[in-house]
Amino acid sequence: MSSNTPSSSAGGAGSADSAAPRRNSKRPKYSKFTQQELPACKPILTPRWVISAFMLVSIVFIPIGVVSLFASRDVVEIIDRYENVCVPESFRNDKVAYIQSDADKICNRTLRVKKLMKQPIYVYYQLDNFYQNHRRYVKSRSDSQLKNNNSQDDVSSCKPEDNTVDGKPIVPCGLIAWSLFNDTFNFSLNNQQLAVNKRGISWKSDRDSKFGKNVFPNNFQNGSFIGGKLLNSSVPLSEQEDLIVWMRTAALPTFRKLYGKIERDLQPNEVIQVSLENNYNTYSFNGKKKLVLSTTSWLGGKNDFLGIAYLTVGGLCFFLALSFTVVYLVKPRRLGDPSYLSWNRNPGGH
Amino acid sequence: MKRYVYINDDESSQELYCDNRISNRKYTVLNFLPKNLWEQFSRFMNQYFLLIACLQLWSLITPVNPASTWGPLIFIFAVSASKEAWDDYNRYLSDKKANEKEVWVVRQGIKKHVQAQDIHVGNIVWLRENDEVPCDLVLMGTSDPQGLCYVETAALDGETDLKTRVIPSACMGIDFELLHKIKGVIECPNPDKDIRRFDANLRLFPPFIDNDVCPLTIKNTILQSCYLRNTEWACGVAVYTGNETKLGMSRGIPEPKLTAVDAMIDKLTGAIFVFQIVVVMVLGIAGNVWKDTEARKQWYVLYPYEGPWYELLVIPLRFELLCSIMIPISIKVSLDLVKSLYAKFIDWDNEMIDQETSIPSHATNTAISEDLGQVEYILTDKTGTLTENRMIFRRCCVSGTFYGNESGDALKDVELLNAVAGSSPDVVRFLTVMAICNTVIPIKSKTGAILYKAQSQDEDALVNAAARLHMVYVNKNANILEIRFNGSVIQYEVLETLEFTSDRKRMSVVVKDCQNGKIILLSKGADESILPYAYAGQQTRTFIEAVEQYAQLGLRTLCLAWRELKEDEYQEWSLMFKEASSTLVDREWRIAEVCQRLEHDFEILGVTAIEDRLQEGVPETIETLRKAGINFWMLTGDKQNTAIQIALSCNFISPEPKGQLLLIDGKTEDEVCRSLERVLLTMRTTSSEPKDVAFVVDGWALEIALKHYRKAFTELAILSRTAICCRVTPSQKAQLVELLKSCDYRTLAIGDGGNDVRMIQQADIGVGISGREGLQAARAADYSIGKFRFLKRLILVHGRYSYNRTAFLSQYSFYKSLVICFIQIFFSFISGVSGTSLFNSVSLMAYNVFYTSVPVLVSVLDKDLSEGTVMQHPQILFYCQAGRLLNPSTFAGWFGRSLFHAIVVFVITIHAYAYEKSEMEELSMVALSGCIWLQAFVVALETNSFTILQHLAIWGNLVAFYVINWIFSAVPSSGMYTIMFRLWRQPSYWITMFLIVAAGMGPVLALKYFRYTYRPSKINTLQQAERMGGPILSLGNIEPQPRSIEKEVSPLSITQPKNRNPVYEPLLSDSPNSTRRSFGSGTPFDFFQSPSRLSSSYSRNCKDN
Repeated sequence: MSSNTPSSSAGGAGSADSAAPRRNSKRPKYSKFTQQELPACKPILTPRWVISAFMLVSIVFIPIGVVSLFASRDVVEIIDRYENVCVPESFRNDKVAYIQSDADKICNRTLRVKKLMKQPIYVYYQLDNFYQNHRRYVKSRSDSQLKNNNSQDDVSSCKPEDNTVDGKPIVPCGLIAWSLFNDTFNFSLNNQQLAVNKRGISWKSDRDSKFGKNVFPNNFQNGSFIGGKLLNSSVPLSEQEDLIVWMRTAALPTFRKLYGKIERDLQPNEVIQVSLENNYNTYSFNGKKKLVLSTTSWLGGKNDFLGIAYLTVGGLCFFLALSFTVVYLVKPRRLGDPSYLSWNRNPGGH
Repeated sequence: MKRYVYINDDESSQELYCDNRISNRKYTVLNFLPKNLWEQFSRFMNQYFLLIACLQLWSLITPVNPASTWGPLIFIFAVSASKEAWDDYNRYLSDKKANEKEVWVVRQGIKKHVQAQDIHVGNIVWLRENDEVPCDLVLMGTSDPQGLCYVETAALDGETDLKTRVIPSACMGIDFELLHKIKGVIECPNPDKDIRRFDANLRLFPPFIDNDVCPLTIKNTILQSCYLRNTEWACGVAVYTGNETKLGMSRGIPEPKLTAVDAMIDKLTGAIFVFQIVVVMVLGIAGNVWKDTEARKQWYVLYPYEGPWYELLVIPLRFELLCSIMIPISIKVSLDLVKSLYAKFIDWDNEMIDQETSIPSHATNTAISEDLGQVEYILTDKTGTLTENRMIFRRCCVSGTFYGNESGDALKDVELLNAVAGSSPDVVRFLTVMAICNTVIPIKSKTGAILYKAQSQDEDALVNAAARLHMVYVNKNANILEIRFNGSVIQYEVLETLEFTSDRKRMSVVVKDCQNGKIILLSKGADESILPYAYAGQQTRTFIEAVEQYAQLGLRTLCLAWRELKEDEYQEWSLMFKEASSTLVDREWRIAEVCQRLEHDFEILGVTAIEDRLQEGVPETIETLRKAGINFWMLTGDKQNTAIQIALSCNFISPEPKGQLLLIDGKTEDEVCRSLERVLLTMRTTSSEPKDVAFVVDGWALEIALKHYRKAFTELAILSRTAICCRVTPSQKAQLVELLKSCDYRTLAIGDGGNDVRMIQQADIGVGISGREGLQAARAADYSIGKFRFLKRLILVHGRYSYNRTAFLSQYSFYKSLVICFIQIFFSFISGVSGTSLFNSVSLMAYNVFYTSVPVLVSVLDKDLSEGTVMQHPQILFYCQAGRLLNPSTFAGWFGRSLFHAIVVFVITIHAYAYEKSEMEELSMVALSGCIWLQAFVVALETNSFTILQHLAIWGNLVAFYVINWIFSAVPSSGMYTIMFRLWRQPSYWITMFLIVAAGMGPVLALKYFRYTYRPSKINTLQQAERMGGPILSLGNIEPQPRSIEKEVSPLSITQPKNRNPVYEPLLSDSPNSTRRSFGSGTPFDFFQSPSRLSSSYSRNCKDN
C-alpha cells in the first residue's frame, strides 16, 4: 500500500491539469469561467474604508445641503389661502350651498410683495385634500380621444362621464376633464391690469403629441350636474392649456397647478390686487384653496426638504464616521484574528 | 398470475399481450397541452399566479395592464413546457429508432425481416453477433453446439463483463432448420422488474421430444437491451415485449427530490402569502370605510350611491392584485437558471475528473445542489467506494502454513513458489480450487494471451493469482475445463455449478476429473459458511486464526475446501438438484436446501486473503468532512472485522483511547434488545465526553432492531455520529437511510454497486461512484463522481457555494419585490386607499423581470471564501448545515430592509417632489429610479467577490435602466413620453437619487460594518483573515498523515498470531463501566495513538456557538 503524501498527489493533479484538455475530448475545455476562477476583487469592510466612506459622504453632502437650502431660501413665495374668506359671512355655515348657488362669486384679495420677485413669476393654485390620484379618477380619461379626431367614440375608459344622457360621446370625456378647476384670477398692480401669460404653461410635449390640434370640445358639461370649467368648443384641445395642465394628474393629494406666468419683476412692498372668481367646490370635502405666486431657482420652487435632508444625512454620516473612529481607537480589534474561530479557541470542540 | 406463451403460434397471443412497441414518452401530441398544464398547475405558486392573472382580466379591479402578469406567466410556462416537449421529443426519437430497427422474426415458418415493434409474444427472434436484443427472449438455439451464448448486460445492470446464457435442456440438439417450426408453451410469471429471476417452465409440443417439463431460469433468457457477443447467432422466443420487458418494468420516473432550501423558500412564500392576505384585508376594509365616508364627499369621483352587490369586494381584490408582486414571479425562473448553472459547474470542474479513467463528474439531477451544502449524514458503501475494488491476491494459508506474511505478497513468497514447483499435493489442490471453482470465462485474445471475464472481482483475482502460480485456467469448452499446470494439461468436466447467493455465502462446483473419473466438489466461501462444515476431526484452528489475522489487516478472506464424492452419492443428489431447480415456487430456497446436502464434510484446504486497497485520499476526505460536522455511517455487506479494519484505516473511527466501539449483536430479540439498551446507556453517558463513540451492528441484529426496537434504535442513531453496519442487505441500507431521514437529517448516500442503488435513490442526495462494479449506481444517482475523494470538493466547494448563492438569490428576490410592494401600499394611503398603482404596467413588469433579475443572476459567481480557505476550515460548512443563511430570521432581516428602503424611497420622493412637481408620471419614475439605485448598491454590498461580470451586471444594469427608459420616453404614445428627458435635466432629480442612496445604504452599511468588525461570524473572520493574508495557512492544517496501515501493522500482528482475544469483548455485563472496553487487548492498535492527529471537533453542539 503506497503512502500518498500531499505533495505528490498535488503535483500529480497539477501536471495532469495541463494535459487534460488534449487527452480527452469529453473534458470541458479549461476556462476561468467554468472553473469559477475569474479574477475577482474581494473588498472587505475595513475600518479605514468604512470611516472614509462615511466621511466622504458627509463632506459631499453638507455643502450640497447648504447650497440647496440657500436656493430654496432665495425663492420668494406669496401664498394666499382664500377658500374661507371668499365665502360671505352669511354662508359660512353652509359653504356648499353657497358654492352651488348662483350668487356672486367675485372675491377681492390683496397681496403684499415682501421681497423682490424676479420674473418670471409663476402663478399657481394649490388644492389640498384633493385626490387626483384616486383610482376611479385617475383612470377616467381617454388618451386616444384627446389625440385623434376619429376616436371620439373611444370613451369606454371614461365612465361615468363617457356619454351624454342621449348617448353622444363627450369630448373630452372622463372625470378629470369634467372636474376641471374653474376659479379665475385677475391681477392688478396699482390699479393697472397685471398681465398674466396663460400660454406655455403646459408641457410642450403634451400640446404637440398628446392633445390633438383638430380635436374640439363637444357635448362637454352638457349634463345636469356641471363639474368644473366649461371649454370653448371652437378652440382645439391642444390650445386649452388649463385643461392640459389639469390633466397631468398629481400624485399627491396636495398639489399646485400652474395658472399662468407674470413676466415682470415685482418690487418689495408692491401691493397686488387679486380679483378672483371663487367657483370651484372644495367645500364638500373641506379642501383648501390657495393662490401662490412664486419665483423659481435651479432646484425648483420653495422646498427646504432637500437641503435639510442633506444636512441631516451629512451630519449623521459625520457623526457615524466620528464614532466609528473613536470606537476603533478605543477598542481596536484585529481583523481576521484566528482566535475568534471557536474551533481554534477550543480544541475540544464544545 | 401466470402467462402462457405459445411458441410460434401466430394467432393466439397476438391480442393478448402488447406488441413490442417501446414507449418512454410521457405525452402524446394530443394530451401534451392539457397534461403538461395540469402538471405545472399542480404547484401552488403557479396556481397563485394563474389566479392573479385571471383576476387582472377584470378591468374594474386591475391596477395595471393584465399583460404585466400574463406576459411573464406565459413566458415561464412556455419555457418549462418547451423543455418538457423537447425532452419528450428526444425520447420519441430514440423510441422510434429502437422500434423501427429491423430484426429477423419467424412468421408462418419463414424467417422474415420485420421492424422490432412488430414482434409479438411467442415469436421466434433471430439474432446475430453484436445485435441488440429487442425484447425479453427465452433462448431456443445458438450457434454453439453446447447451446451457450454470451451476452453483455451493461445497459441493464451496468456490469461490463460477459455473461453466459444457455439454451434450455429440452431444446438441446434441435436442428437449426427445425427451430423455425418448433412449437410449445412457456409458462412464465407475469412481467416484473427483477432482472435476476425468471422462474418458468417450458414444454415443447410433439414432435419435439415429449411432454417433459423443462425448468427455465434467468440463465436461459436474454433480456432486452443486452448485446449478443462472441456467438455467431442465437434465437429465442419473445416472452415479454414492449414496455412489459424486465427493463421496461424497472424503468420508472423517480420521485423528484425537494431540497431543504426549496422547502424553506416554500415556507417563506407561504408566510409572505399570509402577510399579503392580512395586508389585503386591512387595506380592503380601510378602503371600503374611506369610500363610504370620505369618497362620498369627493364629488369629482362621482361614486354612485347604489353599487352592485360585489362592490364590497372590489377594493380588497384591487389590493390583492396590487400586492400580488410580493411573491416574485421571477424567483422560480431565476432559481432554475442558477441551479442548472451550479450543475454545470460540477460537470465542468477540472479538479473532479478522474485522472485514471478521464471520467468527469456529472450532476444528473440539476435541482439539488444546495442540499450538498446541508448534508448532515453520509452513508457510504465500503467496497468500491472507500476502497478501489481492485482485488489483489496477497496472502494465503495452506494447511497451516502462512504464505506471504513476510513480503506482503504471496506470489513472491519463495516458499510458496517452491511448494508449487515441488507439486506439494495440498498446494496443488488449493490452486485447483482457486483456478476452477468459479464462473470465469477465459478468452484467448489474438496474441495468445488469456483474458478472464469474471463476474466478481474476487474470482478474477484468484484465477489470475493461480495463473501466476502456474496453475493456468486455459480454456472452457462447454463443460470441459482445461487447466495447465507445470506444463501438463488437466481436463475437468463440470457437472454442476452451485451458484453463489448472498444467503449461502459460498459457491461450489462439482467436477469430474477426466483422467481418473473422480467426482470432486470444490467450494469457496466466507469462513462462517465453510469452516463449520469441515469433516469431523479436521483442525480448523489455524484457519480461524488466519481468517482473523487477515481480517485485522483489512483483507478479504475466502476459505477454500473440497470433498471427493462417491458416484452414487452424486447421482442421487443430482436428481434432487434437478427437481429443485425446476420448481416454480421458492426455487432459490429449495436449491439452497439441496446444496446444503452436498456441502458438508469439507476438507478445508486453506484461506486466501485478497487485498482491496483504500482509494487515494479517503482518510483525508473523511477527516475533513468529519470536521465539517458531517456524520458518517458505513453500510457494507462485508464482514464485521474487515469493515472495522477498513474503518480504522480510513479515519472512520478512532482507535482505542480516543474512540470507542460499541457492539450491538445477538441472534434473538432479547439479546438484541439487551445489547441495544446497553449501548444506548453508554452513549448517553459518554455523549458529553470528547470521545468518538461508534456503534457496530450486523445485518441480523439490525433487522431485529429495526423491526422491534425502532424507537431505541432511532435514539441511538441520533446520538451516534459514527456507525458501522455490516452484513446488511440493499433493502436494509435503504431502511437506514429512511430512518435518518425520518429524524429530519439531510442524508447523502454514496455507493458504487447495484446493491447501493436503493439507498442512493432513497437518500436526499445520491452519489454514485462510476467504478468497477459498473455504472448502475452512477446512473441511479443524482451525482456521479470518479473517486470518493471528490466528495470533499463536491460538498465543501460546490454544495456550499450553491447554498450560499441560492440563499442570497431567493431572499433578494423577495426583498426587491417587497420594496416595490411596500411603496405601492404607502402610496395607497395618500391616494384615498383606492388601489391606485403608483407605477405603470411597463415599469412594474420590467422591474421584476429585467432590472432586478439580471444583476442578481451573476451572484452565481460570488464566492464568500476562496476554495482553499474552505478546505482548510471545513468547520465553516456548519453555517450551511444549520441553515444559517436562509431561515426565518435572516429573512426577517431582508424583510426589515425592504420596509426601510421602501420608507426611504417613498418619504424622500413625496417630499422632494411635492407641490408643483407632484406630477404622477414623474413622481413614479423618481420612486422607481430610487429603487433601482438602491438595488444596485444592495447587490454590491452583498457581493463578496467582484469579477468583471459582476461589475458589468450591477453597473451595466443601472445604465441599461436609463437607456431603456430613454427609449420609452421617446415613444409619443407611451405614458412615459418625455418623462426621463425632463428628469435627466433636473438637478433636483440627481440630488434626490443621491439622497435616497445615502439614506438607504448608510444605516445598512453601518450595521453591516459594526457586525462585521465587532460581532463577526466565523465566515467574516475567515474572510478578513483571507484578505489580510494572515496566518490562516498555519491553522487547522489538515495535512494528511502518511498512512500505510498494512506495512506498519503487519509485524505487530504477526508477533501476536496467538492473540486469541476477539476484537470485541461481548458486552455482556450490564454495568456501563464494562462497556468502556471495546477494542479487546488493544495492543495491535497501539500505533494509532502515536501520530498526533487533530481533534475531530465536529460536535453537533457547535450549532450553539
